[in-house]
Amino acid sequence: MKKKQRGTFNLGRLLQNNIVPIMFLGICIVCFPLSGRSPAYLLNELVTRLGRNTFLVLSLLIPVMAGMGMNFAMTLGAMAGQIGLILVADWQIWGIPGIILAMIVSIPISILLGVFCGSMLNKAKGREMITSYIIAFFMTGVYQLVVLFMMGPIIPIAHDSLKLSRGFGIRNTVSLLNMRQALDNLLAINVMGVKIPVLTFLIIGVLCLVIIWFRRTKLGQDMRAVAQDMEVARDAGINVDRTRVLAIVISTVVAGFGMIIYLQNMGNFSTYNAHSQIGMFSIAALLVGGASVEKASIGNAFLGVILFHMMFIMAPDAATTITGDSMIGEYFRTFVSYGVITVALIMYETRKRRNRSQTGYLLALAQKEEEARGK
Amino acid sequence: MENHNAPLLEMRNIKKDFFGNQVLTDINLTLQPGEVLGLVGENGAGKSTLMKILFGMDVIRETGGYEGEILLNGQPVKFNSPFDALVAGIGMVHQEFSLIPGFTAAENILLNREPTKKGIAAEAFGPRLNTLDYKEINRRAEAAIDKMGVKISADMTISDMPVGHKQFTEIARELSKEQLRLLILDEPTAVLTEKEAESLLQSIRSMAAQGISVIFITHRLHEILAVCDKVVVMRDGYVVKESPAKEIDVPQITKWMVGREVAAGSAAEVRDLSGARTILSVRKLWVDMPGETVRNVNLDVREGEILGIGGLAGQGKLGIPNGIMGLYEAGGTVEFDGKPIPLNSPRKCLDASLAFVSEDRRGVGLLLDESLEWNVAFSAMQIQNKFLYDFGLFKWRNESAIRSVTNKYISDLQIKCTGSKQKAKELSGGNQQKVCLAKAFALEPKFLFVSEPTRGIDVGAKALVLEALKRFNRENGVTVVVISSELEELRQTCDRIAIVSGGKIAGILPASEPSEAFGALMVSQVI
Repeated sequence: MKKKQRGTFNLGRLLQNNIVPIMFLGICIVCFPLSGRSPAYLLNELVTRLGRNTFLVLSLLIPVMAGMGMNFAMTLGAMAGQIGLILVADWQIWGIPGIILAMIVSIPISILLGVFCGSMLNKAKGREMITSYIIAFFMTGVYQLVVLFMMGPIIPIAHDSLKLSRGFGIRNTVSLLNMRQALDNLLAINVMGVKIPVLTFLIIGVLCLVIIWFRRTKLGQDMRAVAQDMEVARDAGINVDRTRVLAIVISTVVAGFGMIIYLQNMGNFSTYNAHSQIGMFSIAALLVGGASVEKASIGNAFLGVILFHMMFIMAPDAATTITGDSMIGEYFRTFVSYGVITVALIMYETRKRRNRSQTGYLLALAQKEEEARGK
Repeated sequence: MENHNAPLLEMRNIKKDFFGNQVLTDINLTLQPGEVLGLVGENGAGKSTLMKILFGMDVIRETGGYEGEILLNGQPVKFNSPFDALVAGIGMVHQEFSLIPGFTAAENILLNREPTKKGIAAEAFGPRLNTLDYKEINRRAEAAIDKMGVKISADMTISDMPVGHKQFTEIARELSKEQLRLLILDEPTAVLTEKEAESLLQSIRSMAAQGISVIFITHRLHEILAVCDKVVVMRDGYVVKESPAKEIDVPQITKWMVGREVAAGSAAEVRDLSGARTILSVRKLWVDMPGETVRNVNLDVREGEILGIGGLAGQGKLGIPNGIMGLYEAGGTVEFDGKPIPLNSPRKCLDASLAFVSEDRRGVGLLLDESLEWNVAFSAMQIQNKFLYDFGLFKWRNESAIRSVTNKYISDLQIKCTGSKQKAKELSGGNQQKVCLAKAFALEPKFLFVSEPTRGIDVGAKALVLEALKRFNRENGVTVVVISSELEELRQTCDRIAIVSGGKIAGILPASEPSEAFGALMVSQVI
């Protein structure tokens, strides 16, 4: 009898712990017939989006491992990637060499921004997420200053097609037509009408291997130690602040690469807005995959991208079927991604509280047992 | 050059004060290689401070350093940080666990000293990108565990371990350092079961046999006698006795620990209130207060008395008031004045005319940024609508009533301040404590819990605070429960004293009993 109780208790806990992915699975199952799309179409779209977004989502894993929560400031890496792309576009270096060069250009910018952001977060320990969120907003302003005013007079921009008509600053849209899907098309294969960007997936695979390897390094071990108890780690001689800065730097650099992969797939980008939602959507995707603020795995990243983007693909169609207005679907997916983040953050706190009351429960149990023994 | 005839450790004339408050006076200690030294004394006797000095803890340097000399192998040393001490071969296991909960025992034992395998990435980016050599980590961890002579599994996660194993993991971490010559164990058996404690003692013996010296701090006196070569008893910052362990017994040590010449006379004013009715009755109380858990507490408080609750740190005495007042999760039944009080609900307790002066006066007790007037009157305003004009729809503070009551307590309790408008944070610790009392007094409760009223305040302020409590009890007929680590203070103030040991009430005695009787109770059920 007692055993059975425990069994159902654990099932309930399992459901509670994975409520977000289960919820999303439900949404996708409901939306699928409503959207009226064929499985082949969905699969094609999904594969494209997996290639486009997974790298960005993976960039979030290392700060979580270092106990710094979701790195909203991955947007900083996205900005670095965009600056790299703008410069490469101006130098007229296209295709794969252009992509590689853009990545190389983004690295020093990402490192600089990462060091800045990491040092700020060290001053706000325990409030990393809200701080990184606001830093992202603040750095957007700096990015705009650079792109809108300094590109032209200070940073030479040769091509008028990139510049605003007033002679300096970058146009609202940067076209990457000559490197559009260069990465995705190289080595691409077609399986039953589904185009698979093999090279992009290979790159993502390599990143996954690097992350797995990284977990086994001394630095990875230090990060896990810092995540769990900064005081103990410091007492053991680990340089806590430096470790945390490194986590953010790595995340920013990876996010920069991720943004370049993302944008080469899109083929153009809006100079002043492309990065603004990317942090939000990547974090929502990771959380949808069942990650929490303190624990996120590669599996969470993949599952999250699949579920979140499945919803993204189907929601507008489903909404059109129900209401006759595709705007509802657009509204719905934005609303859901904010909702997911809120739910995940609240659940993190409630779980902590539940664990606390659990120890009280155990204490009461121990007392009862002792009494029984006494009799 | 190392002098081989010199003792491993010699401390000469160590003195330390915290801002003029002398906590250590002329401490002399010597320790030979492979010797086990037992260090005993009441809470606040200065044991921990002495060890902090030896271990080069930051807090010592930040509070002005220390006087005297420490010699290691005959060479004078001065540690600026615990890392210097570690390099010199001193290891310390602290009272609180210093372990990473999600790591295995092996990972914790070799934390930040992990053996690694060379990789290409490390050549480019530095040694932190070497991968860990898990096999070697396990091997070394197991070697360290073997040194202790106990069986714990190296690949078990800390959070899944019983406390005893955590303690052994901590010790193994120190043992895994090859340069280790002196190990300081600060109450290592406080959290162990009897059986675990026995195997710990066994491992101390085996460490000593390998030439490692041990300083062993504990409240379990029979352990000291079982394992130590030499016993040093401290009291009030002095070494009162140093003796080979073979020549003494537990009652003797207890007497040296608590016995004070002044003690006998000051506990004279004890009333026998055994005829009075029971005002608060606690049954089967458990409280989940971290570090101060209690279980199965049954306690009756008589109307009009002052009851003391004493005991060693970490045994649960603070858990009792915090649990009853609803600040920490608790269970069981509490009846006040014949009516049951719901637990986990501070407001209900206050409504029933119970009041609590918390031991955490900066965190719970005071509104630091507000004036004394606010601090004194706040609870009374919130809970009893005192000091308010009631206009039906809204209420208005009665500033003049607040001022007059604040001024009354300022003069009654001799609070040193510039006036009733001064901010609470600008007062000294002792005066802040008095404000906390005034705040509780302003509630005019029937029953008052006072937790650690004299912690961190000087002797003069102590006497005043205790006197104020006594007067409040005598004049207003309020029942008072005082929780304090200092036995003498309880004996001066209370009618009866309950001693908490091992999370339970070990016994209740009239305050007129000799200190030794309380001392024996304190260590009776230490877990």
